[in-house]
Amino acid sequence: MSGYLTGVLVVLAFNVMAAYAVYLPLAAGQLNLGIAGFMAIGAYAAAYLTNELGWSMWAAVPMGSAAAGLVGILIGIPVLRTHGIYLALATFALGQVIAAVFLNLDVVGAAAGYPVTDYAAPGVVFACAIGVVLLMALISRTRFALYLTAVKSDATVADLMGISVRGIQVAAFALGAALAGFGGAMYAHHYSFIEAQHFNVLLSVFTVLYVLFGGVQTVWGPLVGAAFFTLVPELLRASDQWRYALFALFIIIFMALRPQGLVTASLFRLFRRRSKGASA
Amino acid sequence: MSAPAPTATPAAAPALAISGLQKSFAGVRAIRDLSFSVPKGRATALIGPNGAGKTTVFNLVSGVYGVDSGSIHVNGVDVTHLPSRRRIRTGVARSFQNIRLMSHLSVLENLLVGQHVRASSLAALLTPYRLIPNHRWKREARAALAESGLEQYAEETVGALPYGVRKRIDLVRATLAGASVLMLDEPAAGLNPSETNALRDHLKALIARGLTLLVVEHDMHFVDSICENVVVLNFGEKIAEGPLSVVWRDPKVREAYIGTDEEA
Ligand SMILES: Nc1ncnc2c1ncn2[C@@H]1O[C@H](COP(=O)(O)OP(=O)(O)O)[C@@H](O)[C@H]1O
Ligand SMILES: [Mg+2]
Repeated sequence: MSGYLTGVLVVLAFNVMAAYAVYLPLAAGQLNLGIAGFMAIGAYAAAYLTNELGWSMWAAVPMGSAAAGLVGILIGIPVLRTHGIYLALATFALGQVIAAVFLNLDVVGAAAGYPVTDYAAPGVVFACAIGVVLLMALISRTRFALYLTAVKSDATVADLMGISVRGIQVAAFALGAALAGFGGAMYAHHYSFIEAQHFNVLLSVFTVLYVLFGGVQTVWGPLVGAAFFTLVPELLRASDQWRYALFALFIIIFMALRPQGLVTASLFRLFRRRSKGASA
Repeated sequence: MSAPAPTATPAAAPALAISGLQKSFAGVRAIRDLSFSVPKGRATALIGPNGAGKTTVFNLVSGVYGVDSGSIHVNGVDVTHLPSRRRIRTGVARSFQNIRLMSHLSVLENLLVGQHVRASSLAALLTPYRLIPNHRWKREARAALAESGLEQYAEETVGALPYGVRKRIDLVRATLAGASVLMLDEPAAGLNPSETNALRDHLKALIARGLTLLVVEHDMHFVDSICENVVVLNFGEKIAEGPLSVVWRDPKVREAYIGTDEEA
């Protein structure tokens, strides 16, 4: 594999992990606009463990993920009392606050950035991203995934059916945070350097865009969205200075044609029925 | 009307007991000092003109709204201040007048949501049942659909189905909670005659199985064929109670219905 191709696929792998971190709460109707903050928690916590405490990367990365998940629970409980635009604002502010904390935290290099000693090769990053996709595919086959949709589409009815709406929302938010932390921890160990400025608002917003573009109705939407956003600008490289304009045009056209995202539940059922019809 | 079922002992608590219930919305008194009880194992109708407060009673019993005062007991358990989420476990489930299914999910998925109380452990939550062919939950949901002659819709997206079908799926979902008391809000509204007949057979089968029904319905022939007793509401107050044939001759009831442009 060429260095260029490997580099692009590594970026894709990180974008896919981030996309699922946004997808989990969004599937339950909760927009987390501070996902970069949770990536930063995972990245810094894991890097600190390998650098300062001499932990192996294999223990530090899950720990970084757990740290982000724990913060997700602690913050999710109060923050998820808000809804819609207020939740978006609260998580947006949260992402900023977390980045600001790391920017000023001297033990992890503050504004100068933080080099990371242990290294995760591209193969490890790919394996992690594939693992995340498989895990998400597995989760999408459970009642938990069904309840995410139920809570999103009619929280009152879900509640009357005995489902703990708050429990599902907090779990989805915290699992998303843990996933973001996992991606962040891998990011730190692959690029061997992190700085707080990387985990900024644009990173959060772009990730949300992938997910909305791909669609939140099925588990494949985030994968398709992340792939589209990562690969299409690369494919348009030939047209050089026009590529971002072309890319923006694509997005506008697609969203006008498929406001629910590229991959929708009914699309899936249509395919399934076709393939059944063909085999019968 | 038939004699009381031999299984109903006098000491048994009613399936649903409502006492001194009051509810106002922004100063408008929607429910006024309402008391009635629903005996076990039978169907009772809650009737009255539009705006009388029938749906509000369902909303108070299921906990969508809190009461201003009064009490609600389900199978002898005081649920008045129980969080709405826990009430279904006391044995009361409901359907919705304005069908509240999750429209971009399939019929089967909607029914699985209805099963939640009987599959609510962490292990059940995380079982990848969709990977298991013919999983017990799916079999059960299909069987419930088949009972109402709706099995051909199992895999359909709910939003694409005709009104009458969705209306009956909303009912099937309510039955899947395993509740002993079902509150059905206008289950026959919008159904064509053959669907209404299918619904009647379905409800009779539920009663035969020992379930208790509280049915809000405008179609008096339908009410007469299912319910032994009716409770009549008008402006949030109970104005009559008893067998339909008796209640229907009550001048207060006649006036309540004629005083509005109600059908029936
Ligand atoms: N959430 C609410 N907010 C304000 N008023 C309400 C609300 N729910 C019901 N009401 C009022 O309570 C009265 C009874 O309504 P409802 O229970 O829906 O009647 P019914 O089901 O008998 O037709 C009506 O006057 C209605 O406007
Ligand atoms: Mg009503």
